[in-house]
Amino acid sequence: MTTLSMLDPDGGSSGVVAASGIGSLAWLLLALPAFGALVLLVGGKRTDKWGHLLGCATVIAAFAYGVALFFDTLGLDPEQRTTEVHLFDWIPVGALDVEFGLRLDPLSLTFVLLITGVGSLIHIYSIGYMAHEAGRRKFFAYLNLFVAAMLLLVLGNGFVTLYFGWEGVGLASYLLIGWYQYKPEAASAAKKAFLMNRVGDLGLAIAIFIMFKELGTTQYSEVFSRVGELSSAEVLAITLLLLLGACGKSGQFPLQAWLPDAMAGPTPVSALIHAATMVTAGVYLIARSNPIYNLSADGRLVVMIIGGFTLLIGCVIGCAYDDFKKVLAYSTVSQIGYMILAVGLGPVGYALGIMHLLTHGFFKAGLFLGAGSVMHGMNDEGNIRRMGGLAKKMPITFVTWTLGYLALIGFPFLSGYFSKDAIIAAAFSEEGWRGWVFGGVAALGAGITAFYMTRLLCLVFLGKPRWTDLKSEDGREYHPHESGLSMTVPMIVLAIGSVGAGFFFESGDNLSGWLAPSLGELQEQHGVLDHGVVNILVLALSALGVLLGFLLFGRKPQPVERPVRVSFPVRAARADLYGNALNEALFARPGTWLTRALVFVDNKGVDGLVNGSAALLGGSSGRLRRLQTGFVRSYALSMLLGAVFVLGALLMVRFS
Amino acid sequence: MTPTYYLLLSALLFSLGAVGVLVRRNAIVVFMCVELMLNAVNLSLVTFARINGGLDGQVMAFFVMVVAAAEVVVGLTIIMAIFKTRRSASVDDSNLLKY
Amino acid sequence: MSWTLIALLLLPLVGGLVVAFLRGNDRLAKTVALAFSLAELVPAVLAWTAFEPGGERLQLTSSADWIPAFGVHLSFGVDGIALVMIALIAFLVPIVIGGSWADKLPEGRSAGGFFALLLVMQTGMVGVFAATDVFVFYVFFEAVLVPMYFLIGRFGGPNRQYAAMKFFLYSLLGGLIMLASVIGLYVVSADKLGSGTFDWATLVTVTRELPLSTQIWLFLGFFVAFAIKAPLVPLHTWLPDAGAEAPVGAGVLLVGVLDKIGTFGFLRYCLPLFPAASKELAPLVLVLAVIGILYGSLLAVGQSDMKRFVAYTSIAHFGFIALGIFAFSSQAGAGAVLYMVNHGISTGMLFLVVGMVMARGGSRLIEDYGGMAKLTPVLGGLFFVAGLSSLALPGTNSFVSEFLVLIGSYPNEPVYTVLAAVGMVLAALYVLWLYQRVFQGPVRGTAMVNLVGGPGAAVDPEKASVPDLNKRELAVLAPLVALILVLGFYPKPVLDVITPSVGATLSEVGVADPVAQEGK
Repeated sequence: MTTLSMLDPDGGSSGVVAASGIGSLAWLLLALPAFGALVLLVGGKRTDKWGHLLGCATVIAAFAYGVALFFDTLGLDPEQRTTEVHLFDWIPVGALDVEFGLRLDPLSLTFVLLITGVGSLIHIYSIGYMAHEAGRRKFFAYLNLFVAAMLLLVLGNGFVTLYFGWEGVGLASYLLIGWYQYKPEAASAAKKAFLMNRVGDLGLAIAIFIMFKELGTTQYSEVFSRVGELSSAEVLAITLLLLLGACGKSGQFPLQAWLPDAMAGPTPVSALIHAATMVTAGVYLIARSNPIYNLSADGRLVVMIIGGFTLLIGCVIGCAYDDFKKVLAYSTVSQIGYMILAVGLGPVGYALGIMHLLTHGFFKAGLFLGAGSVMHGMNDEGNIRRMGGLAKKMPITFVTWTLGYLALIGFPFLSGYFSKDAIIAAAFSEEGWRGWVFGGVAALGAGITAFYMTRLLCLVFLGKPRWTDLKSEDGREYHPHESGLSMTVPMIVLAIGSVGAGFFFESGDNLSGWLAPSLGELQEQHGVLDHGVVNILVLALSALGVLLGFLLFGRKPQPVERPVRVSFPVRAARADLYGNALNEALFARPGTWLTRALVFVDNKGVDGLVNGSAALLGGSSGRLRRLQTGFVRSYALSMLLGAVFVLGALLMVRFS
Repeated sequence: MTPTYYLLLSALLFSLGAVGVLVRRNAIVVFMCVELMLNAVNLSLVTFARINGGLDGQVMAFFVMVVAAAEVVVGLTIIMAIFKTRRSASVDDSNLLKY
Repeated sequence: MSWTLIALLLLPLVGGLVVAFLRGNDRLAKTVALAFSLAELVPAVLAWTAFEPGGERLQLTSSADWIPAFGVHLSFGVDGIALVMIALIAFLVPIVIGGSWADKLPEGRSAGGFFALLLVMQTGMVGVFAATDVFVFYVFFEAVLVPMYFLIGRFGGPNRQYAAMKFFLYSLLGGLIMLASVIGLYVVSADKLGSGTFDWATLVTVTRELPLSTQIWLFLGFFVAFAIKAPLVPLHTWLPDAGAEAPVGAGVLLVGVLDKIGTFGFLRYCLPLFPAASKELAPLVLVLAVIGILYGSLLAVGQSDMKRFVAYTSIAHFGFIALGIFAFSSQAGAGAVLYMVNHGISTGMLFLVVGMVMARGGSRLIEDYGGMAKLTPVLGGLFFVAGLSSLALPGTNSFVSEFLVLIGSYPNEPVYTVLAAVGMVLAALYVLWLYQRVFQGPVRGTAMVNLVGGPGAAVDPEKASVPDLNKRELAVLAPLVALILVLGFYPKPVLDVITPSVGATLSEVGVADPVAQEGK
């Protein structure tokens, strides 16, 4: 329990002290869901009856504790809000001392509330959604595992503990994407997600190696306080490698392809992991590492480019898909692009990125749960062309979903309006070409977002029902119905959050002030366009998107089969802008060939040499023994010749 | 009379014996040829002893005779045994000991 | 004079002899063998508690004259590195015996012979790690080949003769080359000290004075033997054959312990005896190590046989260990030693679960399986745990060691480390792809179809008669899973034993840690 060195120079002068009082029990946050997962996994079928209740109870208890911790911290001076809890020495060898400890500060507590809060709601929702599944308790075990790992990710007080949580959520995500593992596409999607994440993890790991080499430590407090000792090249390398990690986890270009495939998992998983929490870990990583990013404008520029590019491709592809969840997945890709863009802006954007992350957590989780509710009532049908007119059949789902929709497209005074517009405005506040490019991209993205979300709304909830004469794959007729209470209540709660969260965060700079000890004060600058102008521009673009979407998809009946003869942009978007084809051509296929070639080389080449030398010995000895004919007289001849030879040799030596 | 002629005779006898071992098939004849070679060597041993004026060569010759006698005993017995089982005294017929 | 190591050596040998006489009664033979292997845990625990981390370089020593004319002593002793390996052996053998309990042996073979050989091999393995006389080390090094040869050649799979011969000849070749160096050491010591010796501690003080060229020749003699044992590419091709044909229990010991003799030999013999040569030739070893990681991983991806798959993953893992040893930093060295222990646990478990899959499906080929998790969920889950440990997920034991190796190697060897780190991605690929093919997707493959009596995903798991893990199998795997998690979260007790010995080894080589410890 020692007082550690001062925190980063940019983040104020809050010293990192050991947590006391209620904070010293922070390990409970991790232990509760981890304990739930352990009991459910080891207990096996014995826990079938009450497993889901235990799963919910542990996460709700963690949430309750998190709330208590939040208010406890809120009562302190901003300088004292950053504390650490040392649990044990994890990997101590020589100069390396990786400690297993937790860091409680406004940033991590914000995430704790998001994770346990949304996590609790989705646990409750899953009771109803997964009611018909045989292994429901296993599902809750995996969800608990996820919550524990995600909490470790945000609470860890060093980069290695973060890495632990980082891979831990990857594991939980793998298990949950592959929940329907007897379906080959689900199993492949899970593997793909884990592998692409591992590529990102590689970046994170190498960044950690560099920190250890140059600074001899991997703990936040020491790294951030001594980051000034690094050369600018090293800082740039670290920022880019951390960005690679963030791209893997957050589905950013060029590692975005796994996220849409991940929708093969059950919908609560998509809502919790692949929309609200895990995929935003990349944003957390960059925000957490703000003392490093503050030192490298080049690094941040790359972050912005990645974010801006991804937000654009995400919403373009989102326009083309007919799968309810995949559209939402690409929407997530694109919204995380906004967040990455925001944290790439640096001190003017960190808090905005986190704010959008939180509001997005509410409305995107709500949108996914709504999608799940729709699919639950439609025999697990995901194709939006086979829906339509569901508003009347599912009123609660319709209303909550529409609120989430409005929040996402930035309808005035709903949460997306505050968070997304703030990011676009901050992007326009950059100087010179950067302001125009990134601001323009972000504003354009807002318009396209409004378009594809309106398309989704029209095809699913509005218009005439297209499912009345159809049957689902397993031959049943569609009987859409409203979902039960355990599903609708979480949707309602999230809808309330979607409506009010932005206003709450924005009023009096509530959120940015609270986060200042972790992220530094939110700065403002004035670049190419003013906030008011941006506001009007974005509203106009969004309205245009809604109008276009409604004109195209809301007024006339839509075909059940998707049109085949379409223009090139639509075809490209349907093919993920050829992202998967590129991966396939660049990595998968050459990899397969390389592997096959190596197996051949190893069997025939390397092992062939070994077996070849054995065969050579065997073969030559086989030839040589033919000399033993068994004829005594030939032996006698060879003896004689030998004797003559020896004699001759002796004479040669003597007489020459 | 110079000892050289004894040596030449010895060489002649040795060559005759060697050729006999190589070309004849009958085990008894081969055997006799081996004896011929041994005795040719004996002759040269005795001759060298005479030339050098020492007894070493003559002693050696006795050794050779003893060994040759022992060899005859063992060799003839083996030939007899082979002849009894195979009804042949040809050395080319007993060629089983090979690769 | 400490009797703990003597007891560790003799107990299994006596047990092996007793079991060898019980060949008529299989059940009794198994029980006695298990009892002896469990009894071995007592001296192992005693040794662990008696050992003082950071104390003398070699502890628990004992010595007796053997061949006075050549200065050969029967002397034993351990440092932290040898101690953790001996503890691993004592831990693994009962598990192997439990795991082989119900093995179907080839016709005409008795369980008594099998378990007697296992116990005799345990003595040999302990001897290799405990010997402090180079000659005694050499004797044990060759002696372990004999029981393993018979275990593979008599109790193995269809191609067992070929595999056993290949294993034996490869190891023997290495051993003979090493013998030349061992004799060289004797000659050198006779030259310097007046009378020759094989005592390791004395030799260390002698050989480091040698000129570089002599060191390099002697180093290479040891190195080739150890590179064959540990298998480093390109001397690895015996391992897939031996690993695939060996019975599962013998395979666990082969890959889990026997191969570690090679990496242990790097640490105990190559580095301290020939410091200058080690530094001179380190780039060569590093290149081989990195090639081994990438090559082994890619080949593991391409395997169609589950046991060969495990063997190739091991080749990749041995690359990490070699990288850690020759990167010359305390983190990498400690990570490499910890990796030796962890690899024994995780690959041992992987071998065992593969054996359990084979016991049900009767085939080694991956393509004969599919969708097995639906029928045997517990087996699937534990297979997955073993796989996670193999791909070094944080929270499992292997993460700590792999992380230490990489972070410790980076300051000295950034390029090799980054290349090696690519192996992490490949590890995820080969583990998850194997899991997908065997356990996920619809029920398919000839072995599965035979088992459930009908193809396709329509098979009802309730009605299919594929037995999930029984109590014995669970009891065998449970300690492994527990250790995987415990060492993943709290490796400190083991690291505390390893670190001082690794530090001593590095100071014998004469290198300083690249990242200095400050103010502690």
